[in-house]
Amino acid sequence: MTANEQPVIRARSLTKKFGEFEAVRGIDVDVRPGESFGFLGPNGAGKSSTMRMIAGVSPITSGTLEIFGLDPATHGSEIRNRLGVVPQADNLDGELTLLDNLIVYGRYFDIPRAECVSRAKELLDFVQLSDRSSGRVDSLSGGMKRRLTIARGLMNRPEMFLLDEPTTGLDPQARHILWDRLYRLKQQGVTLVLTTHYMDEAEQLCDRLVVMDAGRIVAEGSPRDLITRYSTREVLELRFGAGRNAEYEGRLAGIGDRLEVLADRVLVYADDGEAALREVNVRGLTPESSLVRRSSLEDVFLRLTGRSLEE
Amino acid sequence: MSTPASVRVLEMQMLLLKRIWKTNLTLSFLQPLLFFLGMGLGVGSLVDGRSSSAAALGDVSYAMFLGPGLLATTAMLTAAGESLWPVLGGFKWDGSFEAMAATRLTASQVVRGQFLWLAVRMGIAVGGVAVVLAVHPDTRSWGILPAVPAALLCGLVFTAWITAWAASREYDTSFSNVQRLVITPLFLFGGAFYPVDSLPELLRPIAWVTPLWHGVELCRGFTLHSLGAIEMLGHVGVLVAWLIPGWILCDRFFARRLYR
Ligand SMILES: Nc1ncnc2c1ncn2[C@@H]1O[C@H](COP(=O)(O)OP(=O)(O)O)[C@@H](O)[C@H]1O
Ligand SMILES: [Mg+2]
Repeated sequence: MTANEQPVIRARSLTKKFGEFEAVRGIDVDVRPGESFGFLGPNGAGKSSTMRMIAGVSPITSGTLEIFGLDPATHGSEIRNRLGVVPQADNLDGELTLLDNLIVYGRYFDIPRAECVSRAKELLDFVQLSDRSSGRVDSLSGGMKRRLTIARGLMNRPEMFLLDEPTTGLDPQARHILWDRLYRLKQQGVTLVLTTHYMDEAEQLCDRLVVMDAGRIVAEGSPRDLITRYSTREVLELRFGAGRNAEYEGRLAGIGDRLEVLADRVLVYADDGEAALREVNVRGLTPESSLVRRSSLEDVFLRLTGRSLEE
Repeated sequence: MSTPASVRVLEMQMLLLKRIWKTNLTLSFLQPLLFFLGMGLGVGSLVDGRSSSAAALGDVSYAMFLGPGLLATTAMLTAAGESLWPVLGGFKWDGSFEAMAATRLTASQVVRGQFLWLAVRMGIAVGGVAVVLAVHPDTRSWGILPAVPAALLCGLVFTAWITAWAASREYDTSFSNVQRLVITPLFLFGGAFYPVDSLPELLRPIAWVTPLWHGVELCRGFTLHSLGAIEMLGHVGVLVAWLIPGWILCDRFFARRLYR
């Protein structure tokens, strides 16, 4: 194996316990350099606990973990020196200016001051915040703070960039700006590792991902792979009105490959959604609304766990 | 060229200080000045000139007796003010320690940075007192110069223990009691305002083990040239003996909390 092929993350039976509670229950993960890798899962799945172990800020309980081939228990500082981190909750210094936030953070890595200043300016440009560089962080919107945190995480020119729910809580426009920036990093060859509970985010940014649920990995593959493996090409969504969807389960039986009845809608999994809709009409059923869409990771998750991601 | 980690942590605090230095510095001057004037002149006028008091104070005016002690109490009060809520806040509210912990800094470097910051912060306040003492003819003495680091050593003891306490707390509920039940009694009974010998016999040993009393004695000894080398070394020794375990606890608690 050449140095280039050495995985940047290698985890075997990785476990994290908090007291008796097992937040991460023996997961295996390999991430290659330059890859963008995602942990997709609902709240409480153990994504942040995993990310914190990878970031070298949380001791593992059992199993093995190697980052850049190093053991975080003994080489934590060295590993963190080569990582960029965007934690789930922003911890910027609200009273300092944007520029000072970046410089101070760069100084933690012992980057010379002049170099910090020039990198900080460059990165503020990259995240499109140059015009606010001497303003206080307190005055920024949530999306801007997130972008600043991303800039901060890049101050040490990391080989791998860890992002814990980079866009949670942001409005769609702010999310798209962020995705665009992350996409650029990916193109520059930075290894991206992110967690999300948005399937569109995972589809946009991840070459490969694992689906996590209750501390375990329940599936792994590229977004396309997972969709082909666990879902159909298309999905027909039918709404029969609040509380009435379950009644229709029997009458829909046999249409498409599979049915999933949710509180607010029925999902019909079929490779040809329009054909399935025609069959529904032929049976004389009249949903209040219907929609044919492509399958998403949401469907994969639903299939694997029986639950919706964003509940 | 590399800069010591603690200095790089200090840089962040200095940027914050730059935003609030006016009120902060004025206040840290003002409080000891008021004490010095209020107590030194007020109580002084009652005390000075009575032979029994002169004997108790060691043949110096009350202002001379009180002034150097204020160097040590100021260090302690500053340490307490900056090491309770600000430390818990660094873990819980603003997350500044958490941000540091994600970089190449280690927990003990974060601790050292925090101590260095406190030394600077206390240095500003103690320096203010030193200027007041240097201006007042009764207390003017070259001894003030070594008394300042002595006060800082005393203040670092409090910094270490109070920081360790704050770093091991989940909530701030106990903090006002630390102020009320530890800091205020030490302030009053630590020998800054009157000789510990004038306390009831039962209370004296308590004063002797508390770091504040050793700090006060040391500052006074330097300023009034009233202590021998052995006694001074003894006081420094006790302060160092207090400092080391507090520091070790800080390292432990920071490591445990930042990397969990
Ligand atoms: N420091 C902690 N102490 C105790 N329990 C924790 C701690 N951190 C996380 N947990 C628990 O571990 C589980 C997984 O949490 P987390 O890793 O944050 O999940 P996710 O990021 O996927 O939402 C949750 O049930 C959470 O309550
Ligand atoms: Mg999380």
